[in-house]
Amino acid sequence: MTGASVTGAEPSPDPTEATDAEPSDLTPIRIVLAKLGLDGHDRGIKVVARLMRDAGFEVVYLGLRQTVDMVVAAVEQEDADAIGISMLNGGHLTLAPRMVEAVRTAGLDVPVIIGGIVPDADIAKLLEAGVAAVLTPGTPAEELVRVVRGAVSGA
Amino acid sequence: MSDANTRRPATSHADTSDTAQAVTSEAAAAARAAYDAAFAASPVRTDVDFETLSGIPLEPVYGDAPFPGQYPYTRGVYASMYRSKLWTMRMFAGFGTAEDTNARFKELLRAGGTGLSTAFDMPTLMGRDSDNEWAVGEVGRAGVAIDTLADMEDLFADIDLGSVSTSMTINGPAPILLAMYVAVAEGTGVPRKALAGTIQNDILKEYQAQKEYIFPPRPSMRIITDMMRFTSAEMPKWHPVSISGYHIREAGSTAVQELAFTLANGFAYVEAAMATGLPIDEFAPRLSFFFNSHSDFFEEIGKFRAARRIWARWMKERYGAEQERSLLLRFHTQTAGVSLTAQQPEINIARVAMQALAGVLGGTQSLHTDSFDEALALPTEKAARIALRTQQLVAYETGAANVADPLGGSHFVEWMTDEMERRAEEIFEHLDDLGDGSILEGVYRGIDNGYFTGSIADAAYRFEREVNSGRRIIVGVNEFTEGDERSSNLLSIGQDTEDLQLKRLSTVKQARSDAEVAAALTRLQVDARDANTNLMPGFIDAVKVHATEGEIVAALEDVFGTYVEQVIV
Repeated sequence: MTGASVTGAEPSPDPTEATDAEPSDLTPIRIVLAKLGLDGHDRGIKVVARLMRDAGFEVVYLGLRQTVDMVVAAVEQEDADAIGISMLNGGHLTLAPRMVEAVRTAGLDVPVIIGGIVPDADIAKLLEAGVAAVLTPGTPAEELVRVVRGAVSGA
Repeated sequence: MSDANTRRPATSHADTSDTAQAVTSEAAAAARAAYDAAFAASPVRTDVDFETLSGIPLEPVYGDAPFPGQYPYTRGVYASMYRSKLWTMRMFAGFGTAEDTNARFKELLRAGGTGLSTAFDMPTLMGRDSDNEWAVGEVGRAGVAIDTLADMEDLFADIDLGSVSTSMTINGPAPILLAMYVAVAEGTGVPRKALAGTIQNDILKEYQAQKEYIFPPRPSMRIITDMMRFTSAEMPKWHPVSISGYHIREAGSTAVQELAFTLANGFAYVEAAMATGLPIDEFAPRLSFFFNSHSDFFEEIGKFRAARRIWARWMKERYGAEQERSLLLRFHTQTAGVSLTAQQPEINIARVAMQALAGVLGGTQSLHTDSFDEALALPTEKAARIALRTQQLVAYETGAANVADPLGGSHFVEWMTDEMERRAEEIFEHLDDLGDGSILEGVYRGIDNGYFTGSIADAAYRFEREVNSGRRIIVGVNEFTEGDERSSNLLSIGQDTEDLQLKRLSTVKQARSDAEVAAALTRLQVDARDANTNLMPGFIDAVKVHATEGEIVAALEDVFGTYVEQVIV
């Protein structure tokens, strides 16, 4: 599966509304977004894909039911700067460290950002496991953009 | 059928509104007399007095015809509504192993719950066994893990399946779980015809919103029509499909989209079943619905009232249903999980209370109230109890259950009901055109061309932008944010669940006859290749010899194929 590139592909639903975050003057950051495992909750990641696109990111959304190897392959193929994984099924403690490990094993220096329902107590564990940042529901768009930019420049 | 497919019920706003309808005084008197007779024939609860807190006696209904229990049922499906029977307080539960969930079921029954509702874990929902590589990290996390009949026996241990009603929230592998339920019941001496309950089994909304599909749409519809035929013949108290808007709404749709897509899916199941030769009045009475109750109070109430009216009208006028029971849209409601906030989670208790009240004022037949901690994790036992208590408050303290359709006749509520119907009819018209006069074909095409997923994603994005810009205030999230103290007492499912379940599965596999399993799976494949053979008996035989859910699914994927969604952002 090659995924859907949403880079500037379609207008936002209401072009009269101002974007929440201004596009950057710098080289656009390319991020691969994916859902790992069987979790089918894709509302959040689709919204994030559009918000990031509006903020000037190049977004490659791979879709549902991806494996860590599929994500790594996409990152290599797209020469992506960051990985965003959405998890709402409670499997983050198992799957997120595997994602980080797969990225390291492939010799990539690409931050892994987790978004979704992650209890506070687990956030520290994920960061310890090498996840660059964890974004939970209700994170404002500007914060999302700031965190991803920070993770990329810190990588 | 072809004639029915070309007719669309009258949709003009002015002549469909109940209240705008000019009724002669004679007709009004006749409707009143019919209502009084219907009410007199209904049982009435004797545990409470139907009067206000101050002792003012209350009539069972106020206002004008058509009354509750009268076509088009905008005001409710029954004349006496909650005076006869409160809604079923059906709390959704499931986590960990079958034994863990069995304990939670018993706790809920002890606390006054009147129906069971089962949440399955992700591998079970997707038709994968716990030892499948895709299942890693998800076994028992978001629901209970069921691989074989042995797990199902544990799940319902010491619960009399002849006396409870059970709801199972599962779609792709629904026939396998229904087969297991029948097998468990028969193993304890309860005949299948005595089983009461609902299996969600609404595959269309999976392609549109929830994404827990396995096979492509058309073979999935064949399985569902097989189940409708089977339950129609052998399980008269079972609801074979719960047509669900809940997940469409959770995925980001508007209230109108939830209403219209759900009812369109309902029409699609009706057309599919009729196409197999099943008479509409034989299966329609057991179709049921499942809606979301979100935070916009009056919009939700208008949605519920409009849903009943649209369904009755379409069933009668377009599909030619003649039995009254075929016209009745009965529904389960769940409060909106997506409205719950991780920020200041305790205030979710108030959100849930208002959403629950909207469901009751909208005339729901059963209700699940979400636990306040669900934006953070699966609910703790205490949070689940508070959620159940919230329903009991609505039932016993607010007086909302005393009078049927208490908001009927309100200018705003009647307008909102009409407006919901008008906007839904526009969507039906689009789907009818897409399908060249068939809603079923229109729904298939809408799945193929991304109409459903695209319009839901658009609505979700619009909402997020409104929240981000501050045009829409979510208390505790983008306004009134001080005082956010996260609850630290969360339910967490450890790795030991997965280990236990793997051990269990391996034990069952060792004890069974592999030859019997292979024969059962081959028979299912043969049945699947013949569109005229009902698959249900084959499913029941396969689970009885302990074929796993994953083995059965894999055998059928060989015949039916596997659905892969087109990625649309």
